[in-house]
This record gives sequence, structure tokens and C-alpha cells, in this order.
Amino acid sequence: MDYNILIGGAAGQGMDTLGHLIAKALKNLGFYVFLHKDYMSRIRGGHNFVTIRFSVDPIFSHTDELTLIIALNYETAHIHSGKLTESGKIIVVEDGEKINGEYASLVINLPSKEIIQKTGNRRVIGTAALGCALKLFGLPLEPLLNEAKNLFEGQILDANIIAAQEGYNSSEALFNRELPQPWDSIFINGNESIALGAIAAGCKFYSAYPMTPATSIMTYLSKKSKVATILVEQAEDEIAAINMALGASYAGVRAMTGSSGGGFALMVEGVSLAGITETPIVIAISQRPGPATGFPTRTEQGDLGFVIHSGHGEFPRMVIALRHPEDAFYQTVRAFNVAEKYQIPVFLLTDQYLADYTTTVKPFDFSNITIERYLTTEVHISNYLRYAITESGISPRIIPGRITGQIVKLDSDEHDESGHITESAEIRNDMVNKRFRKIEPLYDELIEPEYVGCENPETLLLCWGSTYGPVKEAISDLNLGNHSIGALIFGDIWPLPTKSLNRLAKIARKIINLEQNATGQLAALIKQQSMIACDHSLLKYDGRQWSKDAIIDSLKKEVL
Amino acid sequence: MFNISNETAWCPGCGNFGILEALKNALESLNLPPHKIVISSGIGQAAKTPQYINVNMYNGLHGRSLPAGIAIKLANKDLTVIVESGDGCSYGEGGNHFIHAVRRNLDITHIVHNNQIYGLTKGQASPTTSRMQKTELQFDGVRLRPLNPISLALGLGAGFVARCFSGDKAHLSLVIAEAIKFKGYALIDILQPCPSFNRINTFKWYKDRIYYLPEDYDLTDLSKARVLADEWDDKIPLGIIYKSESLEYISENPILNDNPPIVDLPLNPFDALEFMKDFK
Repeated sequence: MDYNILIGGAAGQGMDTLGHLIAKALKNLGFYVFLHKDYMSRIRGGHNFVTIRFSVDPIFSHTDELTLIIALNYETAHIHSGKLTESGKIIVVEDGEKINGEYASLVINLPSKEIIQKTGNRRVIGTAALGCALKLFGLPLEPLLNEAKNLFEGQILDANIIAAQEGYNSSEALFNRELPQPWDSIFINGNESIALGAIAAGCKFYSAYPMTPATSIMTYLSKKSKVATILVEQAEDEIAAINMALGASYAGVRAMTGSSGGGFALMVEGVSLAGITETPIVIAISQRPGPATGFPTRTEQGDLGFVIHSGHGEFPRMVIALRHPEDAFYQTVRAFNVAEKYQIPVFLLTDQYLADYTTTVKPFDFSNITIERYLTTEVHISNYLRYAITESGISPRIIPGRITGQIVKLDSDEHDESGHITESAEIRNDMVNKRFRKIEPLYDELIEPEYVGCENPETLLLCWGSTYGPVKEAISDLNLGNHSIGALIFGDIWPLPTKSLNRLAKIARKIINLEQNATGQLAALIKQQSMIACDHSLLKYDGRQWSKDAIIDSLKKEVL
Repeated sequence: MFNISNETAWCPGCGNFGILEALKNALESLNLPPHKIVISSGIGQAAKTPQYINVNMYNGLHGRSLPAGIAIKLANKDLTVIVESGDGCSYGEGGNHFIHAVRRNLDITHIVHNNQIYGLTKGQASPTTSRMQKTELQFDGVRLRPLNPISLALGLGAGFVARCFSGDKAHLSLVIAEAIKFKGYALIDILQPCPSFNRINTFKWYKDRIYYLPEDYDLTDLSKARVLADEWDDKIPLGIIYKSESLEYISENPILNDNPPIVDLPLNPFDALEFMKDFK
């Protein structure tokens, strides 16, 4: 049994704060919690909502069905009441008017006027609704009060506490619920996990230009910049951002940049520069629907092909699609090691869904994290050659300024071993071959996609990145319903690991790609790389993430 | 110490030769070891300068010499960073970076070879080409007004603004040395003939107009500097036009100021462990 609370209202009504308050309270009671945001690209007005799903069992995604709606305005009740379960309720906090209509019987009236009178503060009414919600679930109020104490102080805190208590006392326990086994968890979103991973990996330089939904990586790093001694620079544009990160990397620090598709479009010449100059860099791209400005605050997987092919010319790179917050943390750390080992750009491909959903996960394990710089330890070098031709294709790298008498020449022109500009056909061939020799060992680094589902599935789903959560839950439900189905969920996506794919494709009778885009970019990539063609595509490109329910519905309707 | 045995790709009579020699002399005079100097450049004939001098080189993208140079200095404040490129690279393709580099006031030296024309792409207008000058592309003349880098830099609050001439290596060398010693962003706009493509602003054209600022010129007089910035058609002032130190980026930023160079900081994954409690 799991429960799903929706808090909705106009931008500026504090859904974010309320959502976090109750989610943290539920987390600290020991529930598995999944907080999902759906917001418009505006500062005031419109309709925004968050959903807080919680369960005594592990959960990995949002769902559509609602147990409770907290309506900060009537529009919220109107839009979402159709998604309530049979026993579902609506808490309406707007005072004065009464709700008329088919869902009037579901409404729980909060004594809003009294609470506002008692606290002298209109803005605490949402907190009263949270108190009321906890009572409806028969849960204690204390965890909510503790969270309020972390967030507010002084008179505002007092008013919030009174409101929570009043709300709590205004109602009776209503829903059947199980109590969880408490477990040690953190409550974190995808972008925070990337930022934490970057700090753990020893990233000391992050330059970027704000762009939703990538900005919060920079915001978290900036908050930690003093304690973690990481330099966070807001560049004048994305072109400067990537060229700064590359300059810092040349100078010897671990450097990273991030943006969404539109900002990354401005960076691609810099990607090409990283390619020819063999400068390590980690680039996070948080996708949102395009083209151009598209849906600024919504989600899509529309930039896979773009990122794999970004930058003019040919050079090796690695693209890792992030699947969930834990993945985001560990893969960010790995990205820095791979970038420095092979002196290539490494991309972390995420999206608005993963960037913004917050969920309970096991605390990250730092004991297995290693920072491997792959800098040459040689100190008695004479005549250092930045682009020395080697068997592996990897040239020894030194930090400029560290070794007396040795200089480092980086060149965006085709260059000889010393880094000087050249037009020699022979050297050109040597350098292209050297750069591409790095591909072979890179294949050995690849992590196969995660497989979920029954053994020898009749139907094989192929997907990537943030659809991980909903797909995993959908497959589990379908397996319980005796459907022979499984899913390969790609993390490493370029170069494309094909071992599990080739094995399962031989077993499955139907192969279906499920993606958050209009053209099936993973299917195209797989066909190109493995000659395996998908029999059917399930594609969604309305800016709203695939949910478990929508996946099951679509599969049943079109495939199973 | 700074010589290197590479054949240059410059045309005979190019002003770049003089600038390269003046730069080497300035670095010699400052006693800086080559491995502690980085020249960040873009693309163009001027941007090839670090190919011909024995110092660290970051020869990046057209227009992007400033962001790279800025980051190199931020990553390792012990390095002397010189950003060197042409008028197209610095004022055209990299114009946005120029504006914000001045605002940042980081301790770097920005040397612009300003020959008022695009050389490497064979003779099109640059942002500083004179109005109505005919070029290999603007056959009826350039219709845009030329950009005045001195005036722009002063307007943005630059603390060190100088104008030199590639034909006077001794003077240029002294000014480069002063710019490197200056704590903050320093701009040197170097007037330079392009014998291949600029038939208007020739060696003689400059020679006929340039004059040196007198020794008792007050370097801190911003109003006077703004007047001098507009002198062009009949006489062109050479020298340090404005010099006044103000808060420099590194000294203002505790992360940079209170720590060893970022590149020397130890890396430890467990540094992030304590941040997990933010999410408890």
C-alpha cells in the first residue's frame, strides 16, 4: 500500500516548502518518500503542484493516483479531483467560499478563518493543512514540528506550529495505513546528487550560466564553495562557461560545467576543443523539451543524439545517462576519473524529472570512492611533449608551472607532439590515430545496462536514463500479473554497451523502446550500433514524465 | 630563455614580429621563469604568438582566449597569465568576454594586436576598421562605426589601459612589463600595420600621428584619460593612458585569497561526507 498527496496552487503559494516539510516528516517516520514537482515557467500565478508519494516499501517514481489533495486554491481541487482513489479526500484551505460540484462530498474543511485569526498570519494556512493531513493518516505531528523548527524561526515559527497543531486537532484519523520499519536514509534530488558527487570527486572548478533545470547543481556547489573550497563562477554566457572549465582543467584542477540543451548548444565548439586538445572535462546536461526554449520547466529525453554528436570533427567521448539520484552521485565521481584517465570530455545526461524529484535513498557510500588523476609522477622530465605518441594513445599529462624548465603547449590547431601547429599529413594521421586508440580501452570501462524483470522475457523493453524508476515499478507490477516482460535500462550510452542487449534480443519475441522523446533516439542508436531493430516504440513528448501507470496502460493497449 | 626554433607563419613586414620581440624582452626584464608564464590566445595571426615563444601555451578557440586565461589564473594564481590575440578575436568574436573580463578585474594582462583588419581570413573588416574603409569584403566601404577599445575599457572601469605601437619595441616592452606588474586586469591595445591587407593604416599612417604622453602625465586622471581615448584622426597618444589599482578579483575572494592556489589543494572524497547531513 502506498499513499500519494498532491499539494497544488498558484506559483508563489509555497508548494515547494510545504511539500518538503511533509516529505521530510514522512521520511523521518521511516517511510520511503518520493517528491515530484510539476511547475510552470513563471514566478507568480498559474498552476503548480508537487506530489508526495510514500510507502512502507521501496518506491522509485511518482504515480498518478491520489490519496489526498491539499488544494491551496479551488482550481487545484477542480483539476485533480478525478485522480483520487475511492476513499480519497480533498483539503481545501481557501477561506470564504464553499466548494460546489461533484467532488463537494470529498472535501474536508479546514477551520481556516479561526486559524488565521489565532496566528494572525494568512501564510501559515498551508502548514495547518499538513497537520490535518498527518492526522488523516493517523501519524504523529512531532516530525512535522521538528522540520518546521529547521526551516522557520521567531514569530513565523510560532505561527506555523500553532497552525500545524490546529490543523491536526481539527480532524480525525481516516486512512488505513501501515507503519514503516525505520531505516537510515537521505532525502535528495538528482542535481544535488550530481553536485555532491562532484565535490566527492575533487571537482574544484564549476563554471556555468544559469539555465533551468541545471541551475540547482551550481546553486548547491555555490552554497558549499567556502567549506569545500570549490570555485563556482557564473560566466557571462555558456561559451565562456565551457572555455573557463577547459582553461581550469588545463591548469590542473578537476573542472566541470553544466547546462540544459539550449545552453549546451552554445558550448559545442568547446566540446570540439576538448576533443582535439585532449583536455578532461565533465559536462552535465539536464534536458528539457525543445526545440529552442521549448518547455523550460518540464522534462524530455530529446538531446541524446545531439550530445553524442556534439562538436565538429571526430574525437572520442563518453556519455553516461543518469538513472536515479544514487546513480547521479556515483556516476559523477566516475565521470571525473574517466575524463582524466582518457583525457576526453565525459557527459552526464540527465533531465528535469531526475533533476527535480527528491527521494529517500541509502546514504552514499564514500568508502569505495577513489580519485585517480592519472597525472605523470615523473619529475625529471626533459623536453616535455604534451601530445607524445604512445601505444595507448594517452600522452603523459603534467600541470603547467609545476616542473621547472618544462612547458605545456595546448593547441586547438592540429599539432605535433610538442603541441605546435602543423600542416603535415603524416602528423595529422598519427594524431587522429592516437586519439582514437583511446576508444578500445574505453570499451572495457563500460557498464552494461541494468536489467529488471523476469528471466527469458518474451517482451523486452529498452529505455535509458530517468525512466528507470517508473519502468522498474511497471515491470514489477506486470511480472506479478504474470506477464513475461523485462527491461534493459541504459546508463552508459556512448559508447553503447551491447553484450546484454545482444543476449536478450535473441531471447525476446518483441523488442520495444520506451523513451521520453518523439523520434526514438535510443532505438535509432541501437539500430546503428547493433543492427537490432525495435518492433514497436512507446514515445512520450508532452513534457510530463512517463508514470508507472501510463507505462502499464500503454503496454497493455499496444503490446501485451 | 624565451626563444624557440619555430618558423613563423607571418608575412614579411608584419607588426607581429616587433610585438613578439618586445614581449620576450619584457619577460626577460621581469626575470620570470618560462614555466610560470601562460599565454592564452585565440585564433588569428596574432594568436599564433605563443607558438613562437618558450612559455606555456593555451592556443584555444577564436574569441575565447579571455575565459580560458581567466580560468587558468583562477586555478593557479601563482602563474603569470597573458591573454594575447588580435582585434577580431578580442573585440569581435570575444566582445562579450572582453566586457566581462574588465568587470572582473582579475590580475591578467590582455595584449591586443590591433591592425584594424582581419589578416588570417584575408582582409575583411574588423571591429576597429575605419568607417567607409574599403576591404576585401566591404567593397563599398565599412558602414559600421569603429569600436574604440580604449574608451570602452575606461567606461567599464578598467584599471590599466595603454596604447602602444608595434614599431616602437622599446616602449612596448616597458609598457608590457608595467602591465604584468599591475595588480588587476590590464589592457594594452597595440597599433600594428598589416602590410598585406590594410592599405590605409600603414606604418607611415601611424608614424605620422602617434605621440608619447609626457613624463609628468597624471596616470590617475580619469577625465583626461577619457579625452585622450577619443584622440584618433590627427594625433594618437601612446603610453599608459590610465592606471589606478582597485580591488582585484583574487584578493577580494576568500576562496582564492586565503588558500594556496586551487590546483595545489589536496583532494579527498570524504570532504563531501559531512554534507550528507544536509539531506538527513
